[in-house]
Amino acid sequence: MLEISGVTQIFGGVTALDAVSFSVSKGDITGVIGPNGAGKTTLFNIITGIYHQTAGKVLLEGKDVTGFPPERLARLAMVRTFQNIELFGGMTVLENVMVGMHTKSSSGLLACALKMPWSISEERRIRKGAMKWLEFSGISDLADHPAGGIPFGKGRLLEIARALAALPRIILMDEPAAGLNSQETLGLAQLIKRIRDLDITVVLVEHDMELVMDICDRIVVLNLGSKLAEGTPREIQESPEVIAAYLGDDD
Amino acid sequence: MKRDLLLFIAFSLLIMVAPQFFEGGYLMNVLVFVGINTMLAIALNLLLGYAGQISLGHAGFFGLGAYLSGVLTTTYSLNPWVAMPVAAITVGFLAGLIGFPILKLKGHYLAMATLGLGIIIYIVFNETVELTGGPSGLSAIPNLQLAGIIFDSDVKNYYLIWGMALAVMLFSINLANSRVGRALRAVHDSEIAAQVLGVNARLLKVQIFALSAVISSLAGSLYAHTMTFISPTSFGFNFSIELLTMVVIGGLGSIYGSFLGAALLTLLPEFLRGANDYDIIIYGGLLVVMVMFMPGGLVRGIPALFRKVVEKVGTGHA
Repeated sequence: MLEISGVTQIFGGVTALDAVSFSVSKGDITGVIGPNGAGKTTLFNIITGIYHQTAGKVLLEGKDVTGFPPERLARLAMVRTFQNIELFGGMTVLENVMVGMHTKSSSGLLACALKMPWSISEERRIRKGAMKWLEFSGISDLADHPAGGIPFGKGRLLEIARALAALPRIILMDEPAAGLNSQETLGLAQLIKRIRDLDITVVLVEHDMELVMDICDRIVVLNLGSKLAEGTPREIQESPEVIAAYLGDDD
Repeated sequence: MKRDLLLFIAFSLLIMVAPQFFEGGYLMNVLVFVGINTMLAIALNLLLGYAGQISLGHAGFFGLGAYLSGVLTTTYSLNPWVAMPVAAITVGFLAGLIGFPILKLKGHYLAMATLGLGIIIYIVFNETVELTGGPSGLSAIPNLQLAGIIFDSDVKNYYLIWGMALAVMLFSINLANSRVGRALRAVHDSEIAAQVLGVNARLLKVQIFALSAVISSLAGSLYAHTMTFISPTSFGFNFSIELLTMVVIGGLGSIYGSFLGAALLTLLPEFLRGANDYDIIIYGGLLVVMVMFMPGGLVRGIPALFRKVVEKVGTGHA
């Protein structure tokens, strides 16, 4: 599904990522973990076209997408969410999700402004589709609220609903559990599993170990910009290198 | 959606009957300008209020429309109805061409670039004397004609201009509540999140910049054909700032707000004329007070004020 090969990122002499390679299989939930400063978010920003790496390649469904801008990746059915949720605060919750359907609709500026018949029916389809994803994420009761005023935990769910509205084949989530209480984290775990059940590949960066161990099929561990280990949750938990990186060496 | 349409119909009716009350008076002439300024404020609001991109050079596009119409109908004796779309398309194309490089800039830098653009256009009007008449202006621009009616009086111009202004309004309201309008607002709130969802932010900004220029150009053409005389001073930096004030005072991101802002800033100087030399102080003072107490603009501030008054009266009786 997604292949990262030799990705290196150097920021003004500092090597943030050093030749990181791994691949994500279709239909899996893959977790990327590692201590602070390991380069997880940098890696996400490279995969989703926000940063351009110094070296290395990103392959999406076998296609080399290195250097593609985010909007082009969205059309290739890859979307993401952000660590500090990026909502459209001036719009309603429903409108936020409607923006998610941008790539699945096509009316142009003039067609919209002149209310051409096809743009009206498309608008109806967008509204209906967006409502469906709000229901899927369990926040349809907030549909008409301004997105800027909803609680943080709901904002997370909204961001995920908005991403799902783009009908992705792969979704990347940057610390989806950050700032959530334990109850909300449990709900999130259920939601992520339901997303996988829709045959959507999930990649997430996360600090919440319990969540990662619970839902991930595979885990990639980064430390100081390099890949430290890769495997199933059990393998990772038993890996001496990982334990050393997290708990510190004895010597 | 239904409510939006009803509001628009009510507003249009109000505009259409207004001349019954002001006919023959000097105010009629001012109301024609309110119509032109409404179009311009909406054009700028689409860019600033919806897409979040500033322009300090919009008077330039207004001027380009006026001068293109003026020169084409005088020197080249083109029919005004032909000159107007020719001017609009030319200005839109030009804005698209300029928009591509300058809309890469953000915030203050974009403000600077558009400021420069406006000034350059202003200088061109002044310096190309053979074409534009330079500082002494361009006169004898023909009035528009339609089915034997010559638009040469304030009342006729009122209906002509407000017909166009209402069309621009409806067009913009539809746009704002559509897929494209949502994408614009999304770019405003979080450009990165919009891009991740597949919105081509750069292209969209250029499109809306060009559309904004087209509407400004149409307003300029109408201005030229109703005034029949134009000179560069109407299209300078001061007017760009006045347009910006209309949009902010009226309410960013609201089409009706743009009308309120345009109406207030066009009518206020007329009402303050009695205050002689103090008018500019009162004018400035009022603007400061309004920005302080109605940061969301008139369109949000007036209903809030009304609610407060109702509450006060309500508790007073209890």
